[in-house]
Amino acid sequence: MEAVLALAIGVLTGSGVWLMLRPRTFQVILGLSLLSYAVNLFIFSMGRLGLAEGKTPVLIDGVVQDLQHYADPLPQALVLTAIVIGFAMTALFLVVLLALRGMSGTDHVDGTHAQDAREQP
Amino acid sequence: MNALLDLARPLMPHLMLAPIGLPMLTAAVMLLMREERQRLKLALNLLSTALGLALACVLLVWTHQDGATHPIGVYLQGNWQAPFGIVLVLDRLSALMLVLSGVLALCALLFAGARWHRAGVHFHTLFQFQLMGLAGAFLTADLFNLFVFFEIMLAASYGLLLHGSGRARVQAGLHYIAINLAASSLFLIGASMLYGITGTLNMADLANSIAQVSAPDRGLLHTAAAILATAFLIKAAVWPLNFWLVPAYGSAAAPVGALFAIMTKVGVYTLLRLWTLMFGPEAGASAQFGSLWLTCAGLATMVFGAVGMMGSQRLTHLAGHAAVLSSGTLLAALGLGQTQLIAALLYYLPSSTLAVGALFLLADLIDRWRNHGATLMNYEDEEAPFLTPELVPRAGINLDEDEEVLVGRVIPAAAAFLGLAFLACTLVIAGMPPLSGFVGKFAMFTALLNPLGLASSAGTQPGPAGWLLLGLMLATGLLALLALTRSGIRHFWARQDSSAPQLRVLEGLPIALLLGACVLLTVYAQPVMRYTTATANALHAPATYIRAVFEAAPIAAPQPAHPGSAGTP
Repeated sequence: MEAVLALAIGVLTGSGVWLMLRPRTFQVILGLSLLSYAVNLFIFSMGRLGLAEGKTPVLIDGVVQDLQHYADPLPQALVLTAIVIGFAMTALFLVVLLALRGMSGTDHVDGTHAQDAREQP
Repeated sequence: MNALLDLARPLMPHLMLAPIGLPMLTAAVMLLMREERQRLKLALNLLSTALGLALACVLLVWTHQDGATHPIGVYLQGNWQAPFGIVLVLDRLSALMLVLSGVLALCALLFAGARWHRAGVHFHTLFQFQLMGLAGAFLTADLFNLFVFFEIMLAASYGLLLHGSGRARVQAGLHYIAINLAASSLFLIGASMLYGITGTLNMADLANSIAQVSAPDRGLLHTAAAILATAFLIKAAVWPLNFWLVPAYGSAAAPVGALFAIMTKVGVYTLLRLWTLMFGPEAGASAQFGSLWLTCAGLATMVFGAVGMMGSQRLTHLAGHAAVLSSGTLLAALGLGQTQLIAALLYYLPSSTLAVGALFLLADLIDRWRNHGATLMNYEDEEAPFLTPELVPRAGINLDEDEEVLVGRVIPAAAAFLGLAFLACTLVIAGMPPLSGFVGKFAMFTALLNPLGLASSAGTQPGPAGWLLLGLMLATGLLALLALTRSGIRHFWARQDSSAPQLRVLEGLPIALLLGACVLLTVYAQPVMRYTTATANALHAPATYIRAVFEAAPIAAPQPAHPGSAGTP
């Protein structure tokens, strides 16, 4: 499970960074979204002591109160906050992207038509 | 002073919440108002900002009181004991930054009140949210809470940067948002890694647990700290992560640019706070981690800023590069980690921030004067002001031999004001006597050459990094002086049309206030230096800070009136 998660985070981050460095605004926003998914998964995985599969962070009577028996609730709270903030910022970025597209008539991040054929998507 | 203290004492620690709560409340109220009620919004905004500045001054006096109680205010949000709940901490450094942002905000807002606040919607609301984010970032003592306040500050800054719209702003805004979203991802990665290693997000608790990190985890810890620092370094506009700054700040509306002058300093503040807390001498094997990186990055940023100033045609770009230069100087000095040097740095920080803010405001006025009212213009299309394209002097231009034409002509008061204000900005930014930029730089020189104080540091050497910083500070000061002088000659001496600039009192006043604050810093250099020295000493003894955070006791729950009745504790 750890390996799968690590691979997923790695693939998401790699794709996100690559897309973020592309010259089209749409690719940049997809890259930023993928990167934020990767970061959210990463925060989740920081709950130490394995991935606490099938465990809840709710106290149960008679169970020893340590991280062997419970999931760490803090990363879950952090992830929630990060998701909300990331979602809002992506929405804002989308608005600015559309505004620039309307003003410059191209979806290049610099607002100019790509000079180089290699920059074409 | 004492009257202020008497006022503050019974209200502490709850007064600490006011710099965050007041802008939030004002912004919420203004959000409900219709866009047509600009005047009422402006009045409310001014009132709230002025009140916020007054509150920040009260808090500053409170942190600097002499007395038995330790002057660190701790506020337990949600009434949880320290490492479990989110804590707000007020010490001298936070109070200094709060006052600085208050002064800058008030001046930027006065300036915006003349015309800029009508250029788009929700200016006042966003302005207040920006102040809330800034105050929160300066006050919080929790890493994740810091992230949240950073995002509040950034979200408001995206809106403010786009204020007035136009292609240049939207394009610069797009780059600014993209780079800040990437930086926020780095922030989250760094913060969650630190949580994974140490199991805490409370800064004081984090500082405690650094020394106990096991040897195999130490590399991971350093990685986490470096990733987190990269996020702050992007905010602090360190080279090579600062190419977004100049276009973004340069295309922002003038009051927004002036307010943004403090945004780079937020990065410097968080680095100063976290670095001294986490990697102080108590950190064991990790002590002084990253010090050389900070210094080298700061030195490179200084060179970039100074060369950028020399290459700038637009005044706003000049101001943006001046912000980069000041931020680089601060980072390089910060990385050397000497107490005296940090005291001098904390004196230099407010004066350079105020001067850069004033330069952004001045640039707007000068550009408008130059273009007869239009705000945006092309510098690139223009030839050298008194030369033809073949670089020979134009006919009929006032060069040296016919200077007497100018003798006896009255300079309009507005032009004289702009010229003098520009001169003062030049003096502060280049670090020339007699204004506060010189005092700050001189204090840094003294600290570099006599790290242990004047009497007791015979035989100590600044070391290669120290010498390099000394040399670069002199060289970049000279370059900044050249760039600003050249710009001043171009805009004030070599003008062919001599129409008097239109200057409104509301636009002149904030510039005068900002530069007046620099003059005050110069006149009261000794008390200010005493304050910053106390701040630096406190930063280098983080044990006091940590103890204050952990000693803050939650308020006991009130006893239920009838012990038998049901009630949760």
